[in-house]
Amino acid sequence: MDAPAAIELRGVGRRYGERWALDDVSVSVPAGATLVVFGPNGAGKSTLLRVLATLLRPHGGEARVLGEPLPEREWAVRGRVGLLAHEALLYRDLSARENLRFHARLHKVAEPRVDELLEQMRLAGRADDPVRTLSRGLLQRVAVCRAVLHDPPLLLLDEPRANLDPAAAELIEPLIGRASGRTRVVTSHDPAGGLAEADYALGLRDGRVALSAPAGDVAPAQVEELYR
Amino acid sequence: MRPSIALLRKDLLLERRAPEAIPAMLLFSVTTFVLFHFGLGRDEVAGQLAAGVLTVTLLFAAILGINRLFVAEQEEGGFDGVLLAPIDRTALFVAKAAGLFLFLALVELVAVAAFAILLLGPSPWPGLPGLVLVLALLNVALAVVGALVSALAIRTRARDLIVPIVALPLLTPALIAAARATAPLFDAAGASGPPTKWLAVLALYDLVFGLLAYAVFDFLLED
Repeated sequence: MDAPAAIELRGVGRRYGERWALDDVSVSVPAGATLVVFGPNGAGKSTLLRVLATLLRPHGGEARVLGEPLPEREWAVRGRVGLLAHEALLYRDLSARENLRFHARLHKVAEPRVDELLEQMRLAGRADDPVRTLSRGLLQRVAVCRAVLHDPPLLLLDEPRANLDPAAAELIEPLIGRASGRTRVVTSHDPAGGLAEADYALGLRDGRVALSAPAGDVAPAQVEELYR
Repeated sequence: MRPSIALLRKDLLLERRAPEAIPAMLLFSVTTFVLFHFGLGRDEVAGQLAAGVLTVTLLFAAILGINRLFVAEQEEGGFDGVLLAPIDRTALFVAKAAGLFLFLALVELVAVAAFAILLLGPSPWPGLPGLVLVLALLNVALAVVGALVSALAIRTRARDLIVPIVALPLLTPALIAAARATAPLFDAAGASGPPTKWLAVLALYDLVFGLLAYAVFDFLLED
């Protein structure tokens, strides 16, 4: 891991009220690498992604994302991050095309990119339907389009293949998979699948680091242990 | 300015696609005028009473719109999408205030006509240009304070309670100035225009709260 770090966390903490959702989390992710975060529900995975996305401020420790310290220069990180969260971050009464055009304007992305992504995700036929009429799988594909619309160097992916059938999972691969060449932080509950796409594995339990190692050094059984 | 326009276009499109705020504000205004009609036991009102009925009704109708201002962002997760964009967050304030201003203007087109038919004694026509000016200044006040309070309230669980509790006291000076400026326009004797003093108070209120909201809005959105 000699490449410059895209993410550098040292003792980062984040609390909700009195409860620490993240506590003393340290990890370094080189540019272009994939960090897969494992952990049971409530372990702090989504909170970690939201801190990295600048949507939550860290309450302790030092955080650097894409070379910028948080929260001091969080504005310099916005627009360079693609977040695929549990919620699609789409307006349900607007169509996929309208949602993506709206985000394209905010990110100063040329509109042809919207049509290109809709074609690539095989959504052109449903692109003008309100997103509230789309299935969970189709909605997830639109959300993937939104996350990569502005070609961000860092992708934060919260269980990106949830709700997708195998064909759709294959479809999104060039955009958010390893082949995209982007730095990725991916949360997963699938030890074997997660480790297969990871360069580095991070296990969280109750907001604290329970496992942190290069993925090649981690056996699926060690990940499964996090859930017991 | 471009992000504000994109955000405003999106809000207008959402309201056109699934009308919520405008029909609610409109229905509330007309219903309130009907209630005043029967509650006051009078067929006609004029002067200060007419000005008070109109401005207070518009203020309460605006509260409904203010309550809904950020709901689409919150309920549909769009808020995070906007916060992740590389835009000045005050663009969101400008868009929300402009949207509320337009919603209020549309509501007033019908509500003022309904008020004139249901309650107003003197003819509204001589004072109409002055009334348009007063309502425009009042709308700026409602839009600016509304966008600010709505952004504050949306992060709380008690959104529906916070908006009236915070907005109504803040808007009291604007309401007083608007009612005083409107009263001569509804006099039976008629007036050529609204008093300059109260117009100036309203304009000053808009300026002060506009600058204040612009300065603090960014902090309201911080987690």
